[in-house]
Amino acid sequence: METSLVLKIAYAALSLFIAFNYGILLGATMYRIRARVQGRLGIRLFQPYLDIIKNNAKRTSISHGIMFYLGPIFRITGGVGTFLFIPMIYGSVVFSNFSFAGDVLLVLYFIFFGQLGMALGAGEGGHPYSAIGVSRGLAQMTAFEVPFTLAIIALAVQYNTLSITEIIAAQQGGILSWSLFTNPAATVAALIAFLGMNMGNPFSVVTAPQEIPIGPPVEYHSNYLGLLQTNRSIFTAAKLILFMNLFFGGATNLLVMIIKTFFIYMITVIIGVAFPRFRVEQSIRFFLVVPTLIGLVGLVIALW
Amino acid sequence: MSTDINKEDTQTQGGQPSGDQQESIRQVVEAMGVGPADYPGPADASDPQLFCEARPKVEKPFRGVFEKFLNWARANSLWVLGFGTGCGAIELRPLMTSRFDASRFGVAGRATPRQSSVFIIGGYASVKTLKRIVRSYEQMQNPKFVIALGSCTINGGMYWDSYNTINRIDQYIPVDVYITGCMPRPEAILAGFVKLQELIKSGRGEKANEYSEHFDWYKANQKKVIKDWDMPDYNW
Repeated sequence: METSLVLKIAYAALSLFIAFNYGILLGATMYRIRARVQGRLGIRLFQPYLDIIKNNAKRTSISHGIMFYLGPIFRITGGVGTFLFIPMIYGSVVFSNFSFAGDVLLVLYFIFFGQLGMALGAGEGGHPYSAIGVSRGLAQMTAFEVPFTLAIIALAVQYNTLSITEIIAAQQGGILSWSLFTNPAATVAALIAFLGMNMGNPFSVVTAPQEIPIGPPVEYHSNYLGLLQTNRSIFTAAKLILFMNLFFGGATNLLVMIIKTFFIYMITVIIGVAFPRFRVEQSIRFFLVVPTLIGLVGLVIALW
Repeated sequence: MSTDINKEDTQTQGGQPSGDQQESIRQVVEAMGVGPADYPGPADASDPQLFCEARPKVEKPFRGVFEKFLNWARANSLWVLGFGTGCGAIELRPLMTSRFDASRFGVAGRATPRQSSVFIIGGYASVKTLKRIVRSYEQMQNPKFVIALGSCTINGGMYWDSYNTINRIDQYIPVDVYITGCMPRPEAILAGFVKLQELIKSGRGEKANEYSEHFDWYKANQKKVIKDWDMPDYNW
């Protein structure tokens, strides 16, 4: 059934709203889980909402120039753009967003778009720590892009398609037809890249709060920061849904999506609380050796 | 914890106030419920140099329910710039750990003044540190709140007659909540946070505007002790 464009935009806005709230609540839940590991109670579940309201309610803000303004806008464009091309629920008209035949390539691009824009904006902030954070972030990003892209190529070769919807369709019919089992090497490579993408431990050197305060967004405040926090929840949800779609068979309803994305996020939390932080040269070396080799194995499996 | 200031401790560098200005400041201070009537009056502000590019503006709050809602959000999301000026910094560490866990109250540490809303002065402030305190305070965005820890920030404490520390921090930047003790325990600091939340929720956390309003007085006080402002210019 062909849906009209207006209706499609309304549906996309609805799924964006759901993803935003889900991302926020999931982030707060994970914060609480991390806090429990440390023997604390942690933040209240609605704390991120308060933080966003508070930052947007600041009465003053200062600017460092045009790029400084555009940084958070690029970031949220990257987040929303990534989300809008990923089908949220397989087979649903409402939650299919704007997915089309070649959306994997576009999503691959959009994931890194925000970080590049943010790098320009943070650079204009003029704070030395943002420059250090940006250089670390871009270096690490370049490194984990390699295994991630290898994993995506492996999937594209394996399923002979560049459409996320078709990749999900190929994984239907039981757990054993998920990419996790048909191509475990590609999945592992992508999940390691996912750890770097989330910038949690052990790859948190980009925003290392104790060493380079907050990293790239160190000069961002007030509503700039509110925008960045909004993006963080959308982007987190988008990445989780993407990984669920590519490697864990997608979801046919919201409940399945919530369960699957929760456990995918738990992978980063478990690894995050168990491991200390890599230095940036260590993490680059790691990304370019271990997950890259695993990704190559995945490609071989796909070509077999 | 106390929001009072002792009469004996007003000896610091205060200039002689002129009648009208003193009265107006007294009214403001009393309306905000901060200090006693013997709050020091305005100092001489003839020097035009401000240590910064531009004067801050008074940012008027919204009215009614909307502002109350925003104040509720502000009170429950306190991002702290922990300025480790004195021994107070050592008592701030356990605040975030499992025993006290300040994040239950919406308190989180933030390493940069730009993103913080609460400035904690952790104890005695030497004149050299005061420069950084003033600068960090001015880089924070309105509305902003200050918590001063320990007797050193209230009356100088054991550094009362030291040659290089200032005695009362609220002559240089406005203070919302004082927490007494030498040093206050983390429980006391938590109680201070709760007190600050009450102040913000009741709409009395407007000290940033007070700073803008009495900018000359604060600057004059700062200039009395800071003789060389050898720091680069910045905007707010």
